[in-house]
Amino acid sequence: MSTAPDSLPDGLPDTWRRPPLIANPLLRYGLMAAAVAYFIWACVMLPIDWQRVAQGFARAARIFSGAFPPSFERSGLLIDGFLESLKIAILATVGGVLLSIPIAFMAAKNLAPMPIYLLGRALIVVARSFHPVIVAIIFVKAVGFGPLAGVLTLIVYSIGFVAKMLAEKIEEIDWGQVEAMRSVGAGYFSTLIYGVFPQIMPRQIGLSIYQLDSNLRASAVVGIVGAGGIGSTLANAFGRYDYDFALAITIVIVAVILFSEAVSGQIRKRIW
Amino acid sequence: MVSMDPTPQEWARYTPRERMLRFAVFLFTALAIVWSLTSIDVIWAWVFDAPQQMADLFGRMVPPDARNLPSILSVLLETVNIATIATAIAVVVSLPVAYIAAQNTTPNAATLWLGRFILVSSRSVNTIIWALLFVAIFGPGIIAGIVAIMFRSIGFIGKLLGEAIEEIDKRPVEALEATGASRFKVIVYAIVPQVMPTFWAVAILRWDINLRESTVLGLVGAGGIGIILQSAIDTFNWQEAATVLLSILALVVLGEVVSAWLRKRVI
Amino acid sequence: MLKISQLVKRYGNGAPVLKGLDLEVPGESVVAIIGASGAGKSTLLRCINRLVEPSSGTIELNGLMLTDLKGAGLRAARRRIGMIFQSFNLVDRLTVMENVQSGRLGYLPTWRAVFRRYPKEDIRRAYELMERVGIAHYANKRADELSGGERQRVGVVRALMQEPEILLADEPTASLDPKTSEQIMELLRALSREFALPVLINIHNVAEAKLYTDRIVGMRYGRIIFDAEPAALDTAAMDDIYAGVPAEERGEMVNVTPLRAKNA
Repeated sequence: MSTAPDSLPDGLPDTWRRPPLIANPLLRYGLMAAAVAYFIWACVMLPIDWQRVAQGFARAARIFSGAFPPSFERSGLLIDGFLESLKIAILATVGGVLLSIPIAFMAAKNLAPMPIYLLGRALIVVARSFHPVIVAIIFVKAVGFGPLAGVLTLIVYSIGFVAKMLAEKIEEIDWGQVEAMRSVGAGYFSTLIYGVFPQIMPRQIGLSIYQLDSNLRASAVVGIVGAGGIGSTLANAFGRYDYDFALAITIVIVAVILFSEAVSGQIRKRIW
Repeated sequence: MVSMDPTPQEWARYTPRERMLRFAVFLFTALAIVWSLTSIDVIWAWVFDAPQQMADLFGRMVPPDARNLPSILSVLLETVNIATIATAIAVVVSLPVAYIAAQNTTPNAATLWLGRFILVSSRSVNTIIWALLFVAIFGPGIIAGIVAIMFRSIGFIGKLLGEAIEEIDKRPVEALEATGASRFKVIVYAIVPQVMPTFWAVAILRWDINLRESTVLGLVGAGGIGIILQSAIDTFNWQEAATVLLSILALVVLGEVVSAWLRKRVI
Repeated sequence: MLKISQLVKRYGNGAPVLKGLDLEVPGESVVAIIGASGAGKSTLLRCINRLVEPSSGTIELNGLMLTDLKGAGLRAARRRIGMIFQSFNLVDRLTVMENVQSGRLGYLPTWRAVFRRYPKEDIRRAYELMERVGIAHYANKRADELSGGERQRVGVVRALMQEPEILLADEPTASLDPKTSEQIMELLRALSREFALPVLINIHNVAEAKLYTDRIVGMRYGRIIFDAEPAALDTAAMDDIYAGVPAEERGEMVNVTPLRAKNA
């Protein structure tokens, strides 16, 4: 055993080392050194204004003393903001899920011809890669401030997730049922309706509920860059240094998110 | 119910009760949509105008202007650093949080609730909202971004890790307790090896997510590539904005490839 | 010498699982505890090293009152009691050597345990014991790469690394095939002689118990109702211990009615 240089007369070693994860010592220590070097370099390179940071604790104290107790005085504004977020989430879920269906069929390897498959995949990758806030800021520029930009943003966001999951589901459907439909002479759309849809419907409903929940969360965020809903209310409160109102909004956001997570979890458990 | 007639004349897919329930769900969904459509604060003319506006905007993005590419790339690297450093710190901090938030390892009921409180408050507040807060505290800049991402990641990693701790095989734990090992040694020998695969998988997954999140921090002033995007958009420099968007796309796709590769290597 | 007197264990408010049990295990002997599922065998074993907290009664090991101990004192006492488990209870993702050395955790300084810097004498002892049971060449393998019999040998070595004064084995052969299970029983008996250890074995397989142990203790409903050398375990005693228990649970298949006959 190479790990036991000083073995005893009877041949039993008295040293032991755990076999390393990476056998080659050069590579092992090289990787460790590289990781350490990277972290040091990354920390040193960050443009941090330490003086400004040092003031942070005093500011944090001021912000928190301004935030307590949270103020629910303008609860009308708060409720309006939330209802708007809810509307944005509902419309974006409906739009996103409907648009996801054709895109998912385009992006399913087993149903779509190559060029269409690639187009479908590209659409999904683009929709998934951009954070909703980036999408929102572009829509805000294109169609103006307000909930419309929010709905459009979250439609894109929904497509990124729902179309991807749905395409995966379509790719793993039981092909026998499709062939059975074809063998009785059904056309393309009847095949889809009787051979494919029943297999993906439960997943699609589950995904829609999940997406409604995540759209509600995301709508709080995209509002910060002007796309309507409770996020806009929050960003305004922050901008006006109304920290007590901002805290009240945050508390309600957290409560609503926890509630909607619990509800959507329950519903999906029954459907899936 | 099933009719006594051996060959029923009619066939229905659902029982009347099921049909009622389905109808109620459909009705409720339809009402929710109608309510949203009719009461949302939208100028409909703008909606029909939107495709035109989008086409116009994308038209102005072509061709992308790559003159600032070197500085865009260097800020992009900075964005990667924000994500990586924040993930690394969050991973370390989330370990004790996961430990006290897991039912089978937490010392007592008070620590369990403390752990759960940390996880819930971290998880329910989005990175961007954390960033708003930390920009107000630390001022605009990278440190606010790192801290924001860190705060959000602790809840994510801590929750998944805590669940992994709750799902471990308890038998080795019992065996090591029987040898007279201290609590800490039992953790190191019986619990840590069991949650290691989850630990790496979650850390890599969160790094991938954080890469995406760090691209938008700049839009609220918390550093990274978002700052360049914001200023390009504010100055209507759409061609440069297009370059930034393309480089973000490349970064995110690359990040997904790297994390998929790492996952395969580590697990 | 292990001395148990008036041991009672009750979970919650239910009926006691152990009802005032007395048992003495002197010196080096292999003692089998038999009894139907639910008789309290496993609870009895776990009360000895306090993995299960006894409700009342005393347990004394070589003059040390185990039932009085707490915290560090209890951990120090557990080092002196080796335990072997039905499902081996190894840490799958650690190497065989780490599993074996985990038997020393009660003795090791924390930094040595964390960084796997085991003392030379421990490593030497580990190799000796692994050689003794025939798994020394597996030292660097992960525990989950081993077969059932090999895994139980790792479990045995882990327990012996504790330098125990007594060995408790909870159904050590129940997860093994008949041949391997005999090898493990043979090994336990041989080790008991070599290390002058008392060994207490919970066992389902009465045939094995008769063959490999010096004394058989029969339990029923939390009481000891039989305690004698294996030869004295006759059909009448078996019927007392296992009364009302389906034959297939006794570890000897007798009079099993074929399913088809029953349903006909």
